[in-house]
Amino acid sequence: MEDVLTIGGKEIKSRLFIGTGKFSSLDLMRRAISAAGAEVATVAMRRIDLKNRGPNILSGIPEGCTVMINTSGARNAEEAIRIARLARAGGLGNWVKIEITADPKYLMPDNLETLKATETLTKEGFFCFPYVNPDLVFGRHLLEAGAAAVMPLGAPIGSNRGLKTKELVRIMVEELPIPIIVDAGLGRPSHACECLEMGCAAVLVNTAIAIAEDPVAMAKAFSLAVAAGRMAYKTGITEAVSYARASSPLTGFLGSPGDGS
Amino acid sequence: MITVKINGKVTNIGQDVRTVWDVIQKEGLTPDEVVVEYNLQVLPRDSWGITNLKEGDSLEILSFVGGG
Repeated sequence: MEDVLTIGGKEIKSRLFIGTGKFSSLDLMRRAISAAGAEVATVAMRRIDLKNRGPNILSGIPEGCTVMINTSGARNAEEAIRIARLARAGGLGNWVKIEITADPKYLMPDNLETLKATETLTKEGFFCFPYVNPDLVFGRHLLEAGAAAVMPLGAPIGSNRGLKTKELVRIMVEELPIPIIVDAGLGRPSHACECLEMGCAAVLVNTAIAIAEDPVAMAKAFSLAVAAGRMAYKTGITEAVSYARASSPLTGFLGSPGDGS
Repeated sequence: MITVKINGKVTNIGQDVRTVWDVIQKEGLTPDEVVVEYNLQVLPRDSWGITNLKEGDSLEILSFVGGG
């Protein structure tokens, strides 16, 4: 049976979601997303600069991708709700990554405001993907509020430091009956692999791909790592032990006591 | 002369600008690529042409950008 992630009313094959910030060109971004086979991409929304207009980011996302609005820039629930509504009016679907940050240095999410936004937007028919500090009990509140998934951070946004929150994320994976998607801070394919190996449903990566010397190759590397981690998780990873276990039989070696023949 | 706030900036709109649609036209924006919030409410595209601007109105004109 094919291994698909059923989420937000869709069936997703690629467990690598890609953020569209920081790419040096739309063409490079399009090729990176395609190379990874990613099916979900995030975008943000900003006031238009009437003097200096950028290209239309949506034109750099391959057809068929689910585009999820990220409410980044929102400082409270009210702003996040406004952004989600505007994005929907602007033609995006009903997937929203709720990112509410009030801390300028570490961009740490405001869990309380995120919960409020999740409650409101779920009632308005959105599939909510709240970006939060990892915490089991808080995850349960989000579940109750109707979140489609929970997106705990691995490390501060853009820091490339990896899954620093591993133990807390592990508990969420074990206990919460909704997809856990690690978002933020993953800097290397091995970080992404680690998340999938331990049972996370997917990862969202942006900076590590976008600012790589070759974003297309790096996107592909991340997708392979994600697929490997997922396959290992599904197969069942063997337990670590503290003593040695020989990989080849220890009997019948030259000079060892034989059977006398 | 009517003044409205456009993206946070107090702006005198010209005599020829009456509706939200006129603002979009005047700025040379591609309608498909922008979203408008009028006095904190989403303003659907089909209402741009029938929404007359009044003194003190607040308009936010936004577009999608790259983001994680």
